[in-house]
Amino acid sequence: MAFEIEGKTYETDEEGYLANLSDWSPEVADFMAKEDDCDLTDNHWEVINFLREYYEEYQIAPAVRVLTKAIGKRLGKEKGNSKYLYELFPYGPAKQACKYAGLPKPTGCV
Amino acid sequence: MAKEQFETPKFRDIPIVPAIDPGAMAHSKPFIAKPEHQEPLGFPGELVENWKEKAIDKMGELLGKYRSLQVFLDACVKCGACTDKCHYYIGTADPKNMPVARQDLLRKVYRRYFTLPGKYFPKLVGAVDLTEEVLEDWYRYYHQCSECRRCSVYCPYGIDTAEITMAGREILDHVGIGQKYSNEIIAKVHKIGNNLGLPEPALADTLEGLEEEVKEDTDVDVKYPLDQEGAEVLLVTPSADFFAEPHVDGLIGYGKVFHQAGISWTLSSYASEAANFGIFIGNYENMQKVAMRIRQAALDLGVKRIVVGECGHAWRVAYSFWNTLIGPFDFLDPNYPVPQHICEFTYDLLQKGALRLDKEANDDKVVTFHDSCNVSRASRMGPMPGGQFIIPREVIKAACNRYVDMAPETIHENTFCCGGGGGLLTDDLMELRVKGALPRMEALKQVIDEDGVTHMAAICAICKSQFTKVLPYYGMGMDMIVSLHQLVGEAVVLGAEH
Repeated sequence: MAFEIEGKTYETDEEGYLANLSDWSPEVADFMAKEDDCDLTDNHWEVINFLREYYEEYQIAPAVRVLTKAIGKRLGKEKGNSKYLYELFPYGPAKQACKYAGLPKPTGCV
Repeated sequence: MAKEQFETPKFRDIPIVPAIDPGAMAHSKPFIAKPEHQEPLGFPGELVENWKEKAIDKMGELLGKYRSLQVFLDACVKCGACTDKCHYYIGTADPKNMPVARQDLLRKVYRRYFTLPGKYFPKLVGAVDLTEEVLEDWYRYYHQCSECRRCSVYCPYGIDTAEITMAGREILDHVGIGQKYSNEIIAKVHKIGNNLGLPEPALADTLEGLEEEVKEDTDVDVKYPLDQEGAEVLLVTPSADFFAEPHVDGLIGYGKVFHQAGISWTLSSYASEAANFGIFIGNYENMQKVAMRIRQAALDLGVKRIVVGECGHAWRVAYSFWNTLIGPFDFLDPNYPVPQHICEFTYDLLQKGALRLDKEANDDKVVTFHDSCNVSRASRMGPMPGGQFIIPREVIKAACNRYVDMAPETIHENTFCCGGGGGLLTDDLMELRVKGALPRMEALKQVIDEDGVTHMAAICAICKSQFTKVLPYYGMGMDMIVSLHQLVGEAVVLGAEH
């Protein structure tokens, strides 16, 4: 599968996750979110940016508690929980946010 | 995120057998594995040219290797006892999801090529040629069985549908059409050591974070050690315990139990996975290779005991197969069971008075327990018959004041699969997962309405993830599902005497 933004083609897997991590740009995230009728706010971007930073260091998306802790630090303690993350990403923070961040989908029993 | 094109089944007023709806799930099939998921497992990357010949050869090989398979293919008398026992048939009404009919997809080909009447008078005995259409049906319907073996409990001949599904998947893998979800995961275990592909530095960072979290919550230094040589216990647990909710709260609970009991323990970055998807695809070599990491880690770390965390099929592999698969375990302490389940471990401490639980910590909950299929029907726990049913319940009751069982025909060996077991816990099978959860959701709804149940505990990573996802489809909250050791973790009195 693939999609196109301003003449450039982006390869994806069957579920729309980017095939090549290096293809990612903020425009890609915006495009993917629009497809899901989701508008990316600053708080969405905090999550997406953290995911990308973490992935760069560890080659994997962060575990849910690592993510909630980091978001709690960045956005305030009351937002450092998965309930808030589900409000931002109703399809599940691990899967939906990873997709917009250009990371592969987490695999396993999750 | 694809919009869903199916309706969540309605709760039935009286749970009668649904009228058949032929072809209702003929569209359901998971993504096919790519060459990079197939080849590391020793399977051809894509459909081979002589697939028909290879499939028949493989079937012959499996019939020779597993006598049980031939018995199961020969023994069925079409009595129909299994037809309404499958959660996928109940939820989808597709007649090919009646266990007997799903088995027949393989059986009719077996008859054609391996029995005398089938070779000469195929029509008389319901034997058919292996065609592309049949192969496609195998792919679709052998991925609509979670290998939960509920039907086998009711079969008067004890035919194990799961083994037939496993044989079907094994043949498919060998002709080059594997399932992406399972095979991608197995390849990650071979390469990195766990289903998630969580490398050692990320695991270490995650565990460090948990230590800080527990310290903040309790003011006690509970450790979550990694690769600690000379520890007494090696804990192997599903990698979902590191990654997801509510799994991680179970892991936090295990750590509190070890801490309070004063028993040294460690996780391993090499064997950072208890799950073993090799069993799901029916492939002995991959199952062995995945399990071997655990033996190796136990030897390298010099532990005396191996304890298995909350994972259903991991416990089946460990309890039923480890001994011949990766044994002998003569290097472990013979005074303890090999392997030991974390519930058994906690139960043992409770019996000895080595662990004190404050039930009031869970007074905000009314708890029920979901028996996981592989624990219930394929293993045991502790020294007594039925220990796999008794021990988890006794541990919950030691941690909670209010406990209620679901209807008897839906628990213990009659338990219904969560709907996501056996390698089907993937988003490309969401319709199947939601529909297959129907009978468990009905039983849960009943205890919510009649007994005020607020939480359902489970001891399987797949069950926990599946329920988190499907509960909202049935109008219930995703946080109803909890880890059993989450309840224990809440109730452990830390800092008291050992």
